[in-house]
Amino acid sequence: MVAFRFLEPGAFDILAAMERTDPELIAAVLAGDESSFEPLVAKYQSRVFATARRYARREDEVEDIVQEVFIKAFQKLPGFRGEAPFEHWLMRLALRTCYDFLRVHQRNREMNFTDITHEESDWLEKFRQEPSSAREDAAAARMLIQRLLDQLSPENRLVIVLLEIEDRSVKEIARITGWSIPLVKVRAFRARAQMRKLLEKLAHEKYV
Amino acid sequence: MQVTELQKKLFAAAKSEAPSDRVPYAFEKRIMARIAALPKPDAWALWGGALWRGAAACVALTLVVAAFALVLPEQTAANDAEHTLALSMDPAVESSNELQ
Repeated sequence: MVAFRFLEPGAFDILAAMERTDPELIAAVLAGDESSFEPLVAKYQSRVFATARRYARREDEVEDIVQEVFIKAFQKLPGFRGEAPFEHWLMRLALRTCYDFLRVHQRNREMNFTDITHEESDWLEKFRQEPSSAREDAAAARMLIQRLLDQLSPENRLVIVLLEIEDRSVKEIARITGWSIPLVKVRAFRARAQMRKLLEKLAHEKYV
Repeated sequence: MQVTELQKKLFAAAKSEAPSDRVPYAFEKRIMARIAALPKPDAWALWGGALWRGAAACVALTLVVAAFALVLPEQTAANDAEHTLALSMDPAVESSNELQ
């Protein structure tokens, strides 16, 4: 009970509401009780934040995406039929919002690897000399892959993240994105080709 | 440089650390404030909008029909029907039928 003293006023209401199941909360929202949406936000916001951070780097952009996801979810809730869990529906919405964000903020920059940091350069050099010595968990490697992902087209980036980084199946990607399975395969092929081209360019600019 | 190997390494690097799921303090309150500020759907406005759309469709249909009436030649199906009906009452036609 001592721990509860640190909770702000109203937190007990949220805790009580969080004990209600998702369908109960959704039914309450649809019946006009807007406040029942708050426990849903509290429950799933961390997952939506993690997803948004895969596609946006700046924290203000991430917050904008998450905000948009929940506002869209609230507005589209009457269309939620409850066939799949609310979480799946919400995450699909989150991914589509991230994709829209990528399309709107598409920076058609000409590839240029001359501005890579000293650490990234060191990591690449280490890899060139002895691939096994370049650690995968190094911050420089993570920064480098982020830099490469930023250069991909929105659909290619989405496919690479889902397929190669999150290890999702083609079928799952098709379900999440609403694309057909052949389209996912075609986009995966193109995405890998673009990624390879970028890496070749990186190797060429750096070492030739 | 081995590009395929480099690609594998970089994907592994991206997998090695999942993005943070940290949430700013009281973020859900911010969302709820935004939701509360959303414009509420007004039933009268919806009804009025539907009526205006219906009226616009009716005006468009009237204009299309009027345009057809002006552009098309006078010989229309309605005229044909009228002519056929009137023909049976024409005394000249009746007398020629009697002669045959």
